[in-house]
Amino acid sequence: MGWLRAHRQGLAHIVMALPVLVLAVRWVMMIMGSDPRAVGLSAEPIDYTINYLGLWAIRFLILSLAITPLRTWARWSWLAPLRRPLGLWAFACALLHLSVYFLLDQLGSFSLLWESVAKHPFILLGMAAFTLLLPLALTSTRGAIRRIGARRWQALHRLVYLAAIFTAIHFILRVKGFQPEPWIYAGVAAVLLLVRALPTAWVRRA
Amino acid sequence: MLIRNLPESHLHERDATPEPLYRDRRAVLAGMIGAGLMPHLAQAAEEGEGSGLPRLPSRLTRRLDEDQTSYDSVTHYNNFYEFGTGKEDPARNAGRLRTRPWTVRVEGLVSKPQTIDIDRLIRLAPLEERVYRMRCVEGWSMVIPWVGFPLNALLKMVEPLGKAKFVAFETLKDQRQMPGQRSSVLQWPYVEGLRLDEAMHPLTLLAVGLYGRALPNQNGAPIRLVVPWKYGFKSIKSIVRIRLVDRQPPTSWNISAPQEYGFYSNVNPTVDHPRWSQARERRIGDWLPRATLPYNGYGAEVSQLYRGMNLKRYF
Repeated sequence: MGWLRAHRQGLAHIVMALPVLVLAVRWVMMIMGSDPRAVGLSAEPIDYTINYLGLWAIRFLILSLAITPLRTWARWSWLAPLRRPLGLWAFACALLHLSVYFLLDQLGSFSLLWESVAKHPFILLGMAAFTLLLPLALTSTRGAIRRIGARRWQALHRLVYLAAIFTAIHFILRVKGFQPEPWIYAGVAAVLLLVRALPTAWVRRA
Repeated sequence: MLIRNLPESHLHERDATPEPLYRDRRAVLAGMIGAGLMPHLAQAAEEGEGSGLPRLPSRLTRRLDEDQTSYDSVTHYNNFYEFGTGKEDPARNAGRLRTRPWTVRVEGLVSKPQTIDIDRLIRLAPLEERVYRMRCVEGWSMVIPWVGFPLNALLKMVEPLGKAKFVAFETLKDQRQMPGQRSSVLQWPYVEGLRLDEAMHPLTLLAVGLYGRALPNQNGAPIRLVVPWKYGFKSIKSIVRIRLVDRQPPTSWNISAPQEYGFYSNVNPTVDHPRWSQARERRIGDWLPRATLPYNGYGAEVSQLYRGMNLKRYF
């Protein structure tokens, strides 16, 4: 148990790497000649990959937002060390999501990408969310917290709330017709943001 | 003097495969596969390309000089929300659909309204094999060898009245057979429509098969529309009713999101979907997108239907 506790963050990274690892194995099999559908990438592997990475980015982002309320409410302080790896994997998935979209959908062309961002709010929101996560990922180290100062670091990292809102709307705009899945994610994100507005003292008493 | 301007893709008698070779085409192919001449077909042949479905003898009347999308992809990457919103949901869930007995009611502004049994309908006109591009509004495309006959053969039989200006189509509505209809992703039944001249156009097909066999359920069995110059959602599946009307009929995706899906929905690279570009598409099986063609490449044959129309307004 002591060993587990000591290596919590390392273990967390290994578990959180699994979705990307599974995807990477499927891609390697496909590139070696397997049929994309047979290895679970569907008949349209590019679209499947972009959706898969986006979905995991949202999942990690929402989980990272759940840590603080659970510490406050349920007093699960042992979750605290998971917040940084969750945030970093949300960023990693978002970065891969954007990279595959940029290279294989926008043909690696910045002018096409810019046109998409300028013309389509759906793309703009996704890009805005990624841009907000970028400084957070870059300042995720202990050293960065020290340099910036805890108070200012905390203020900077509140950008994640805006990133979560943009991400949720981006997902809602992704689907055609009325589909419940993105609304469920948006609902969970909304609850996690709203509980932060409750006074801590009131929450503690409840 | 009558000058016949045939479309480039028109086939002459000399293009037809000789009948004996055609009849033996599967044996010929099998031989080539066995000899390792067509290794990419070996897998499809092993799986028997819809081997449980009846063969539909037909005459190839339209070909396309582009690689056909594999049978596996055509039958396992579908938008058919009656069976779920995931691309592989229809292949998984469409087994519950019963396609016999099946009738299609043709009614409205016609002099001979009637209910036609599907097995009679299939024999209404000589079956043709036509290889068409299929462009989905989501930005992907396929090349599919359909088997069917022109919709105009059916419409001529029921004799449209002079007042008829549009054709309305309706898919089966039955939650037990179509479990996706329990969700409210769209209003059910799925409805679509065409202007009468679009419906009478020789390219507009009633398809009853693909790859030489009857349609798999997930592709819209037992009978569906194929309008190759329009986005895929116009090509309504599993049709039970066709009604000739005097006003533009409501259409499902237009009801769901009128600012995104118009009545016409002709493939048009210069009119974007509000959420994504329509300038490019990814052909299933390709890594990189390709340019989308106006009217999906059928402009020479259909653009005269829309002469003088503002295509940005009537998208």
